[in-house]
Amino acid sequence: MRALTYHGKHDVRVDTHPDPEIVNPRDAIIEVTSTAICGSDLHLYNGVIPGVLSGDILGHEFMGIVVEAGPKSTLRKGQRVVVPFTISCGACFHCRNEDYSACDNSNPAEKQDASEALYGQPMAGLFGYSHLTGGYPGGQAEYVRVPFSDVGPIVVPDGLEDERVLFLSDILPTGWMAAENADIRGGDTVVVFGAGPVGLFAVQSALVMGAEQVIAIDHYPHRLELARGLGARIIDFTQTEVLDALLEMTGGQGPDAVIDAVGMESHGMRPDNLADTVKQKVGMGADRVGALRTAIMAVRKGGRLSIPGVYGGLADKFPIGAVMEKGLTVRTGQTHVQRYLPDLLRRIEEGEIDTTFLISHRLSLEDAPAGYRNFLYNQNLWTKVVLKPKWEKGRMQA
Amino acid sequence: MDQPHPTPRWTADGRVLATAAAALGLGALAGLAAYGVLAPSPRAPEPRRIPDDAPGRTARQARFGDFAVTGRSVTINRPREEVFAFWRHFPNLSQFMENIESVREEPGGLGIWTIRAPLGMTVEVRTRIVNERPGEQIAWRSTPDSDVETEGKVSFRDAPGGRGTIVAALVAWKPPFGALGQTVARLFAAEPSVQSRRDLKRLKMLLETGEIATNRNRKA
Ligand SMILES: NC(=O)c1ccc[n+]([C@@H]2O[C@H](COP(=O)([O-])OP(=O)(O)OC[C@H]3O[C@@H](n4cnc5c(N)ncnc54)[C@H](O)[C@@H]3O)[C@@H](O)[C@H]2O)c1
Ligand SMILES: [Zn+2]
Ligand SMILES: [Zn+2]
Repeated sequence: MRALTYHGKHDVRVDTHPDPEIVNPRDAIIEVTSTAICGSDLHLYNGVIPGVLSGDILGHEFMGIVVEAGPKSTLRKGQRVVVPFTISCGACFHCRNEDYSACDNSNPAEKQDASEALYGQPMAGLFGYSHLTGGYPGGQAEYVRVPFSDVGPIVVPDGLEDERVLFLSDILPTGWMAAENADIRGGDTVVVFGAGPVGLFAVQSALVMGAEQVIAIDHYPHRLELARGLGARIIDFTQTEVLDALLEMTGGQGPDAVIDAVGMESHGMRPDNLADTVKQKVGMGADRVGALRTAIMAVRKGGRLSIPGVYGGLADKFPIGAVMEKGLTVRTGQTHVQRYLPDLLRRIEEGEIDTTFLISHRLSLEDAPAGYRNFLYNQNLWTKVVLKPKWEKGRMQA
Repeated sequence: MDQPHPTPRWTADGRVLATAAAALGLGALAGLAAYGVLAPSPRAPEPRRIPDDAPGRTARQARFGDFAVTGRSVTINRPREEVFAFWRHFPNLSQFMENIESVREEPGGLGIWTIRAPLGMTVEVRTRIVNERPGEQIAWRSTPDSDVETEGKVSFRDAPGGRGTIVAALVAWKPPFGALGQTVARLFAAEPSVQSRRDLKRLKMLLETGEIATNRNRKA
């Protein structure tokens, strides 16, 4: 099969790999019909997540058709499914608590040592996201072996085209959980840092959950326009002093909740962020936490900090004093995708949530390397790339 | 036990009595400090340490006499009877213990463990059950004709709040000498704590999910 393969920093290619087979009884094999490039893939592409090896197949947002089901799978050949990026057994303590991304059993035992050493506890398995999370072959491929296929994938009705449901695999539930973690109450102002796919879905979710006012912050005009289109007020951080503006837009009190949908590669020219950038570049292991620092400084006393943005290591100059002295609540994590699927699918079917506004480009899987390049260097207009394994090379729809 | 050298002895809660000796050593140092010999500055004296409640296998010192000790616990979301019964059927152990090729059980509680070694060699460890309490504990010790001198135990208890069963495994072994010993040491002693940790995780996977997670994309 053909699959997008990591060869090194900023070097991904579409290579031929052996087709996957059923290995464990609960496996299924999915023929991919649509797969996307995620902001999280950019962290891999930029080489800031450890444990990605040359030859690894990337991709963790995908859907397709069941072509084979193991004896213990509950799926049937021919079903259309969206597959969560988190691999979860459904039976361990964490899965029973619906904390699916904390699954104890999905990361192979010999792969757990690294994340256990880094974080004190091992991480769960994720598709196509480094050997810290299992080294599972990913979804930017023609076929994927899906472990625990009786717990993860959600069957979608034939009437719903791919683009309306694909993002159930990751960024839609991620935006939703980000808003849930902000614990929104009537009258609240919620600030979303980053108007990328995750940030935009967080804006949409926060409004559905009843926020009085949602403010989105970014520096890309087109992404900010999309946020405005959803009903957010916007701040361009290259034009505006963010802290001052947020105080003024909340009657001097500060926002009730802040959502960091930027993650470890924060942009910006503030001195602290530049220092982080240098340390990240020379491999000193510092995450770039510029947006997170601003979020912590901005939020009101007793406010809530929700962090869907991905971080991998250590932070310098983390304002722990502000977190403590203002009595903040912090909630974060890889998304517990499975927890949200039935509810979000229903909201899509009922027309309450639309996900198609986000897609800027559709390419063939063969053109995935161009998709990565543009999603990184042309962020303003390339808001979300969907890859089609069935399309011939060169076909593109913008 | 009739060996002349100090051997670990398990107390009821799995602590090794040798820790008492270690604690005594610390106590003596603290005493010296109190006399100002080691600490002339007007600092508060190093307090006398008391034994803490952590399992002995987590002590900063990981050897007890001639024996190396490793141990690990895991919580398995299955009833205690089921977990015990699975373990007690020794041939099952090779399903989740990576280095174990097979375990045979012979009458009289004699276990014959065939352990994979480099270059296609195998090492045979022969053990006898020295203590078995159904549903609670199995303890074993190697017989004199075993290739490796070892003893260990695995205990089973209910996890709090209905979270299943806590399995605690504890293994002590005497690093052997000679050519065979070198091989065994590399295989057995290189990172036995890592090995036991991974093995218990695979046991948990097998009992909770019915399979052992792998990222392999093909059967062979
Ligand atoms: N928790 C999860 O399970 C999960 C799932 C998916 C994605 N993520 C993470 O969410 C984050 C966002 O993902 P995405 O797909 O939207 O990525 P993206 O890279 O497309 O979007 C990030 C946006 O943040 C903006 N930004 C950068 N620095 C900023 C700053 N200082 N202030 C405000 N905005 C700033 C960028 O301009 C960009 O528009 C990434 O870290 C990604 O890894 C997490
Ligand atoms: Zn993602
Ligand atoms: Zn689980």
